[in-house]
Amino acid sequence: MFAIEDYQQAESVSQAVALLAADPGARLIAGGTDVLIRLREGHGDYARLVDINGIAELRGISLSDDGVLRIGAMSTFSEIMASGDVRRHAPVIAEAVGTAGGPQLRNVATIGGNVCNGAVSADSVGALLVHDARLEIQGPRERRRTPLQGFHTGPGRVALARDEVLVAFHIHPRDYRGFGAAYYKYAMREAMDIATIGCAAAVRLEGDAIGKLRLAFTVAAPTPVRCGHADRPLTAETLDAVAAAVAVDVQPRTSWRARRDFRLHIIRTLAARMTRRAAERAGGKF
Amino acid sequence: MRKTIACTINGGPYTLSVDVRQSLMDMLRELGLTSVKEGCGVGECGACTVLVDGRAVDSCIYLAVWAHGKTIRTAEGEAAQGRMSAVQQAYVDAGAVQCGFCTPGLIMTSTAFVEEHRGRKVSRDEIRRAHAGNLCRCTGYETIIRAVEKCLDREGEPPSSDGD
Repeated sequence: MFAIEDYQQAESVSQAVALLAADPGARLIAGGTDVLIRLREGHGDYARLVDINGIAELRGISLSDDGVLRIGAMSTFSEIMASGDVRRHAPVIAEAVGTAGGPQLRNVATIGGNVCNGAVSADSVGALLVHDARLEIQGPRERRRTPLQGFHTGPGRVALARDEVLVAFHIHPRDYRGFGAAYYKYAMREAMDIATIGCAAAVRLEGDAIGKLRLAFTVAAPTPVRCGHADRPLTAETLDAVAAAVAVDVQPRTSWRARRDFRLHIIRTLAARMTRRAAERAGGKF
Repeated sequence: MRKTIACTINGGPYTLSVDVRQSLMDMLRELGLTSVKEGCGVGECGACTVLVDGRAVDSCIYLAVWAHGKTIRTAEGEAAQGRMSAVQQAYVDAGAVQCGFCTPGLIMTSTAFVEEHRGRKVSRDEIRRAHAGNLCRCTGYETIIRAVEKCLDREGEPPSSDGD
């Protein structure tokens, strides 16, 4: 038995917000692949649950008439991997969530949970960051939009008030059209593992050169990071500059998984390798 | 706190009063479906794998109340009229069982995979990736992969029983 003390099922986003607002100890449960493990480990912080599995508004992936890709927060990793809209317009998101856990986990785990639990290693986050995803968040008074960049405030922490609910991710066509993108998860095993370093890159070509580069890392700092210093035009000759530039944006730590200097080595290597792969997917030769 | 749920388990309709603190694994085992094993309890080993609406899930980290309105399948329901399903038979034929603890979960993962890929060409790598969530410490996986390959080779045969 999980040590659940209170459990309520919300049928709408507004009801979920009201239930959170009414009980300062209440937390959301989505796919449960993190929350139920926390409970099993004896953490009391998830003893009072508001279940959002029954809310239709949080599900579904669609493309609006003006080309904005919307991914409902409760979309499972498997649903994202199977989505034609994602595979056509932002396939790196499918590639990234396909590296999480194993098939059983991906059938249940949600992208909203992956982002909101604030994990530094979240496989979806790097890919969402290079597409400049925006978050649609419902609070007690208003529905707000905010960039994903800056949403993570520390390990396990995000800028979500405790009575707010993440509804969906939005990706504007200017942030996916013409881009090639790639994600690589460096881990000890090819499945059922946590990233030692995760790297996502998105590239838009201008002629033979990289006109736009967006690079993001997970587990490279206390939060997932977009590497602002690497976002600049490049040619094949200056690709090495990317590897040097990212060092300014990251702050890896030593843990039992890997030492800081080893992580830095992976970060530099992946910066160049993923930039090249993204450029090739954009149609370039590097 | 209890909730009443209605679901289909191995082809039969059930109305159950479940404790909201219960996992689907606990609920199924209490019904006598002890093919559902608790290995790690944290969604890493796959011994508790069951199908929920045709998709493999780790029932140890899945709340029992979420089964409401869903169709659940466990290894017990795969054999029909005393005959094993094609996947089960393939495991036997390939010698893909040693101690047997992981087998029911693997059978369910393979069943979902075979049903999804029937008639399609799949690589060994795809089979391996699709079974990455099930750990077996005895067989080394080779015979398991052979069993799955054999199921997919048998094109044109009727699909394995799904109990309903």
